[in-house]
Amino acid sequence: MLLIHCPCCGVDRPEIEFRYGGEAHIARPVQPADFDDRQWAEFLYMRTNPKGVMAERWRHVHGCGRFFNALRDTVSDRFIAVYQTGEPRPDLSATGGEGAR
Amino acid sequence: MSDTLFHAPAEALALPPHAAAGTALHRAGPLVRFVFRGDSGAAAKVGEAFGVSLPQTPLAAGRAGDRAALWQGPDEWLLLARPAADGPQAVDGLARSLAGELAAVLGDTPHSLVDVSERNIALLLEGPGVADLLNAHVFLDLDPVAFPVGMVTRTLFTKAEIVLWRTGSDRFVLECWRSFAPYVEGLLAEG
Repeated sequence: MLLIHCPCCGVDRPEIEFRYGGEAHIARPVQPADFDDRQWAEFLYMRTNPKGVMAERWRHVHGCGRFFNALRDTVSDRFIAVYQTGEPRPDLSATGGEGAR
Repeated sequence: MSDTLFHAPAEALALPPHAAAGTALHRAGPLVRFVFRGDSGAAAKVGEAFGVSLPQTPLAAGRAGDRAALWQGPDEWLLLARPAADGPQAVDGLARSLAGELAAVLGDTPHSLVDVSERNIALLLEGPGVADLLNAHVFLDLDPVAFPVGMVTRTLFTKAEIVLWRTGSDRFVLECWRSFAPYVEGLLAEG
Protein backbone atom coordinates (compact mmCIF):
# COMPACT_ATOMS: atom_id res chain seq x y z
CA MET A 1 0.00 0.00 0.00
CA LEU A 2 1.21 3.49 -0.84
CA LEU A 3 2.30 5.42 2.25
CA ILE A 4 1.82 9.18 2.24
CA HIS A 5 3.55 11.49 4.70
CA CYS A 6 1.13 13.93 6.34
CA PRO A 7 3.05 17.14 7.15
CA CYS A 8 0.48 18.00 9.79
CA CYS A 9 0.51 14.72 11.74
CA GLY A 10 4.18 14.13 10.95
CA VAL A 11 3.68 10.44 10.19
CA ASP A 12 3.42 8.14 7.19
CA ARG A 13 -0.11 6.90 6.69
CA PRO A 14 -1.76 4.50 4.21
CA GLU A 15 -3.22 6.15 1.14
CA ILE A 16 -6.79 5.11 1.99
CA GLU A 17 -6.79 7.78 4.71
CA PHE A 18 -6.26 10.46 2.04
CA ARG A 19 -8.29 12.09 -0.71
CA TYR A 20 -6.89 13.62 -3.84
CA GLY A 21 -7.70 17.31 -4.18
CA GLY A 22 -6.63 18.21 -7.70
CA GLU A 23 -3.80 20.41 -8.90
CA ALA A 24 -2.25 22.77 -6.35
CA HIS A 25 -1.51 26.48 -6.70
CA ILE A 26 -4.63 27.30 -8.72
CA ALA A 27 -5.55 30.76 -7.46
CA ARG A 28 -9.19 31.75 -7.63
CA PRO A 29 -9.56 34.99 -9.60
CA VAL A 30 -10.10 38.08 -7.46
CA GLN A 31 -12.75 39.46 -9.81
CA PRO A 32 -14.42 36.51 -11.59
CA ALA A 33 -17.02 38.88 -13.05
CA ASP A 34 -14.29 40.49 -15.16
CA PHE A 35 -13.51 37.17 -16.84
CA ASP A 36 -14.92 36.30 -20.21
CA ASP A 37 -16.09 32.74 -20.91
CA ARG A 38 -12.77 31.58 -22.28
CA GLN A 39 -10.82 32.82 -19.25
CA TRP A 40 -13.36 31.31 -16.88
CA ALA A 41 -13.19 27.96 -18.66
CA GLU A 42 -9.39 28.14 -18.45
CA PHE A 43 -9.60 28.67 -14.69
CA LEU A 44 -12.23 25.99 -14.11
CA TYR A 45 -11.13 23.17 -16.36
CA MET A 46 -7.67 23.59 -17.79
CA ARG A 47 -4.97 21.78 -15.82
CA THR A 48 -1.36 21.11 -16.68
CA ASN A 49 -1.62 17.29 -16.47
CA PRO A 50 2.14 16.78 -16.74
CA LYS A 51 3.92 13.50 -17.30
CA GLY A 52 6.33 13.73 -14.40
CA VAL A 53 6.38 15.91 -11.30
CA MET A 54 3.06 17.52 -10.43
CA ALA A 55 2.06 19.72 -7.50
CA GLU A 56 -1.18 18.42 -6.03
CA ARG A 57 -3.52 19.07 -3.15
CA TRP A 58 -4.24 16.17 -0.85
CA ARG A 59 -6.45 15.95 2.19
CA HIS A 60 -5.85 13.69 5.18
CA VAL A 61 -9.58 13.19 5.39
CA HIS A 62 -9.58 10.16 7.71
CA GLY A 63 -6.86 11.64 9.92
CA CYS A 64 -6.23 15.22 10.91
CA GLY A 65 -8.62 16.44 8.20
CA ARG A 66 -6.14 18.95 6.80
CA PHE A 67 -5.32 19.82 3.21
CA PHE A 68 -1.68 19.90 2.24
CA ASN A 69 0.32 20.02 -0.97
CA ALA A 70 2.51 17.33 -2.41
CA LEU A 71 4.88 16.90 -5.33
CA ARG A 72 4.18 13.55 -6.95
CA ASP A 73 5.70 11.94 -9.97
CA THR A 74 2.75 10.94 -12.15
CA VAL A 75 4.83 8.27 -13.88
CA SER A 76 6.19 6.41 -10.85
CA ASP A 77 3.44 7.48 -8.39
CA ARG A 78 6.26 8.39 -5.97
CA PHE A 79 5.71 11.26 -3.54
CA ILE A 80 8.75 13.49 -3.78
CA ALA A 81 7.85 16.15 -1.23
CA VAL A 82 4.96 17.25 0.95
CA TYR A 83 4.51 20.78 2.20
CA GLN A 84 1.90 22.88 3.95
CA THR A 85 -0.82 24.73 2.14
CA GLY A 86 0.28 28.30 1.50
CA GLU A 87 3.96 27.43 1.17
CA PRO A 88 5.56 27.88 -2.27
CA ARG A 89 6.28 24.85 -4.40
CA PRO A 90 9.67 23.40 -3.33
CA ASP A 91 12.48 23.96 -5.78
CA LEU A 92 13.66 20.46 -6.63
CA SER A 93 16.56 21.62 -8.79
CA ALA A 94 18.20 23.09 -5.68
CA THR A 95 18.00 19.84 -3.73
CA GLY A 96 18.95 17.62 -6.63
CA GLY A 97 16.18 15.14 -5.83
CA GLU A 98 14.39 12.73 -8.10
CA GLY A 99 12.31 15.44 -9.71
CA ALA A 100 15.34 17.49 -10.66
CA ARG A 101 16.10 15.40 -13.70
CA MET B 1 -11.22 -3.28 32.02
CA SER B 2 -12.33 -0.39 34.16
CA ASP B 3 -10.65 2.78 35.23
CA THR B 4 -11.57 6.33 36.17
CA LEU B 5 -12.68 7.24 32.64
CA PHE B 6 -13.90 4.01 31.09
CA HIS B 7 -16.09 1.43 32.70
CA ALA B 8 -17.62 -1.55 31.02
CA PRO B 9 -20.29 -4.10 31.83
CA ALA B 10 -19.00 -7.52 32.82
CA GLU B 11 -20.24 -9.31 29.73
CA ALA B 12 -17.73 -9.25 26.90
CA LEU B 13 -18.49 -9.02 23.18
CA ALA B 14 -17.65 -11.88 20.86
CA LEU B 15 -14.13 -12.40 19.58
CA PRO B 16 -12.94 -15.03 17.07
CA PRO B 17 -11.81 -18.40 18.42
CA HIS B 18 -8.24 -17.76 17.30
CA ALA B 19 -7.93 -14.66 19.50
CA ALA B 20 -5.17 -15.06 22.08
CA ALA B 21 -6.28 -16.18 25.54
CA GLY B 22 -7.02 -13.24 27.81
CA THR B 23 -8.06 -10.95 24.98
CA ALA B 24 -11.40 -9.26 25.59
CA LEU B 25 -13.68 -6.75 23.92
CA HIS B 26 -16.18 -4.64 25.86
CA ARG B 27 -18.51 -1.84 24.90
CA ALA B 28 -17.84 0.99 27.34
CA GLY B 29 -20.54 2.71 29.38
CA PRO B 30 -21.87 6.10 28.34
CA LEU B 31 -19.54 9.10 28.14
CA VAL B 32 -20.04 12.78 27.52
CA ARG B 33 -18.22 13.78 24.34
CA PHE B 34 -17.55 17.12 22.73
CA VAL B 35 -15.81 18.01 19.51
CA PHE B 36 -14.04 21.28 20.16
CA ARG B 37 -12.48 23.36 17.40
CA GLY B 38 -10.59 26.59 17.89
CA ASP B 39 -7.13 28.16 17.85
CA SER B 40 -4.48 27.64 20.54
CA GLY B 41 -5.79 30.55 22.62
CA ALA B 42 -9.28 29.11 22.74
CA ALA B 43 -7.81 25.65 23.44
CA ALA B 44 -5.90 27.00 26.44
CA LYS B 45 -9.11 28.45 27.92
CA VAL B 46 -10.98 25.18 27.36
CA GLY B 47 -8.14 23.18 28.88
CA GLU B 48 -8.28 25.24 32.04
CA ALA B 49 -12.04 24.97 32.41
CA PHE B 50 -12.19 21.30 31.40
CA GLY B 51 -9.43 20.23 33.77
CA VAL B 52 -7.29 18.58 31.10
CA SER B 53 -5.02 20.74 28.97
CA LEU B 54 -5.64 20.20 25.26
CA PRO B 55 -2.50 18.68 23.71
CA GLN B 56 -0.88 20.74 20.95
CA THR B 57 1.38 17.86 19.91
CA PRO B 58 -0.04 15.85 17.01
CA LEU B 59 -1.52 12.46 17.92
CA ALA B 60 -1.24 13.12 21.66
CA ALA B 61 -3.82 12.55 24.36
CA GLY B 62 -4.21 14.36 27.66
CA ARG B 63 -5.89 12.67 30.56
CA ALA B 64 -6.72 13.53 34.15
CA GLY B 65 -9.06 11.56 36.37
CA ASP B 66 -12.39 10.99 34.68
CA ARG B 67 -11.67 13.28 31.71
CA ALA B 68 -9.55 13.17 28.57
CA ALA B 69 -8.73 15.46 25.65
CA LEU B 70 -7.69 13.75 22.42
CA TRP B 71 -5.87 15.54 19.59
CA GLN B 72 -7.75 15.07 16.32
CA GLY B 73 -6.30 17.81 14.16
CA PRO B 74 -4.32 21.04 14.55
CA ASP B 75 -7.43 22.88 15.73
CA GLU B 76 -9.66 19.99 16.73
CA TRP B 77 -9.98 17.92 19.89
CA LEU B 78 -12.31 15.22 21.15
CA LEU B 79 -13.18 15.82 24.81
CA LEU B 80 -14.32 12.87 26.91
CA ALA B 81 -15.86 13.03 30.39
CA ARG B 82 -17.42 10.33 32.48
CA PRO B 83 -20.81 11.15 34.00
CA ALA B 84 -21.55 10.35 37.64
CA ALA B 85 -24.10 7.70 36.68
CA ASP B 86 -25.03 5.65 33.62
CA GLY B 87 -28.55 6.94 33.10
CA PRO B 88 -29.45 9.31 30.26
CA GLN B 89 -30.23 12.09 32.77
CA ALA B 90 -26.69 11.96 34.16
CA VAL B 91 -25.17 12.06 30.66
CA ASP B 92 -27.43 14.88 29.56
CA GLY B 93 -26.89 16.80 32.79
CA LEU B 94 -23.10 16.68 32.58
CA ALA B 95 -23.19 17.53 28.85
CA ARG B 96 -25.31 20.60 29.53
CA SER B 97 -23.30 21.81 32.49
CA LEU B 98 -19.97 21.27 30.67
CA ALA B 99 -21.24 23.05 27.56
CA GLY B 100 -22.32 25.96 29.75
CA GLU B 101 -18.98 26.15 31.58
CA LEU B 102 -16.95 26.01 28.38
CA ALA B 103 -19.14 28.54 26.61
CA ALA B 104 -18.75 30.86 29.61
CA VAL B 105 -14.93 30.79 29.59
CA LEU B 106 -14.80 31.12 25.80
CA GLY B 107 -17.10 34.13 25.61
CA ASP B 108 -16.56 35.85 22.27
CA THR B 109 -13.55 33.72 21.30
CA PRO B 110 -14.29 32.14 17.92
CA HIS B 111 -14.76 28.41 18.36
CA SER B 112 -16.99 25.45 17.68
CA LEU B 113 -18.21 23.18 20.46
CA VAL B 114 -20.47 20.29 19.47
CA ASP B 115 -22.01 17.73 21.80
CA VAL B 116 -21.46 14.30 20.23
CA SER B 117 -22.09 12.24 23.37
CA GLU B 118 -24.63 9.99 21.70
CA ARG B 119 -22.91 9.90 18.30
CA ASN B 120 -20.00 7.72 19.34
CA ILE B 121 -19.56 4.56 21.32
CA ALA B 122 -16.29 3.38 22.82
CA LEU B 123 -15.04 -0.17 22.49
CA LEU B 124 -12.43 -1.34 24.98
CA LEU B 125 -9.95 -3.93 23.76
CA GLU B 126 -7.39 -5.53 26.01
CA GLY B 127 -5.20 -8.57 26.08
CA PRO B 128 -2.10 -9.94 24.42
CA GLY B 129 -3.69 -10.34 20.99
CA VAL B 130 -5.40 -6.99 20.50
CA ALA B 131 -2.90 -5.49 18.06
CA ASP B 132 -3.21 -8.55 15.82
CA LEU B 133 -7.00 -8.43 15.99
CA LEU B 134 -7.04 -4.74 15.11
CA ASN B 135 -4.53 -5.16 12.32
CA ALA B 136 -6.99 -7.35 10.44
CA HIS B 137 -8.94 -4.13 9.80
CA VAL B 138 -6.70 -1.18 10.73
CA PHE B 139 -3.90 -0.41 8.29
CA LEU B 140 -1.53 1.18 10.80
CA ASP B 141 1.69 -0.13 12.26
CA LEU B 142 0.62 -0.92 15.82
CA ASP B 143 4.11 -1.86 17.00
CA PRO B 144 4.73 -0.05 20.31
CA VAL B 145 7.62 1.84 18.67
CA ALA B 146 5.45 3.21 15.86
CA PHE B 147 2.26 3.54 17.89
CA PRO B 148 3.31 4.11 21.52
CA VAL B 149 1.08 4.15 24.57
CA GLY B 150 -0.83 7.42 24.68
CA MET B 151 -0.99 7.92 20.91
CA VAL B 152 -4.43 8.65 19.51
CA THR B 153 -5.46 9.04 15.90
CA ARG B 154 -8.38 9.04 13.56
CA THR B 155 -8.07 6.28 11.02
CA LEU B 156 -10.12 3.73 9.13
CA PHE B 157 -11.38 0.39 10.39
CA THR B 158 -11.95 -1.25 7.01
CA LYS B 159 -14.59 1.25 5.80
CA ALA B 160 -15.63 2.82 9.11
CA GLU B 161 -13.87 5.90 10.44
CA ILE B 162 -12.70 5.37 14.01
CA VAL B 163 -10.61 7.05 16.67
CA LEU B 164 -7.96 4.66 17.95
CA TRP B 165 -6.26 5.40 21.26
CA ARG B 166 -3.61 3.22 22.84
CA THR B 167 -4.09 3.39 26.60
CA GLY B 168 -1.68 0.57 27.46
CA SER B 169 0.83 -1.73 25.80
CA ASP B 170 -1.99 -4.21 25.10
CA ARG B 171 -4.98 -1.94 25.66
CA PHE B 172 -6.81 0.11 23.07
CA VAL B 173 -9.88 2.31 23.08
CA LEU B 174 -11.73 2.39 19.78
CA GLU B 175 -14.30 5.14 19.32
CA CYS B 176 -16.64 4.77 16.40
CA TRP B 177 -19.96 6.20 15.33
CA ARG B 178 -22.89 4.45 16.98
CA SER B 179 -24.38 3.51 13.62
CA PHE B 180 -21.09 1.85 12.62
CA ALA B 181 -20.86 -0.15 15.86
CA PRO B 182 -22.57 -3.33 14.55
CA TYR B 183 -20.21 -3.26 11.56
CA VAL B 184 -17.09 -2.78 13.69
CA GLU B 185 -18.15 -5.28 16.35
CA GLY B 186 -19.16 -7.80 13.71
CA LEU B 187 -15.83 -7.56 11.93
CA LEU B 188 -13.96 -7.87 15.24
CA ALA B 189 -16.01 -10.97 16.07
CA GLU B 190 -15.13 -12.51 12.70
CA GLY B 191 -11.42 -11.76 13.20
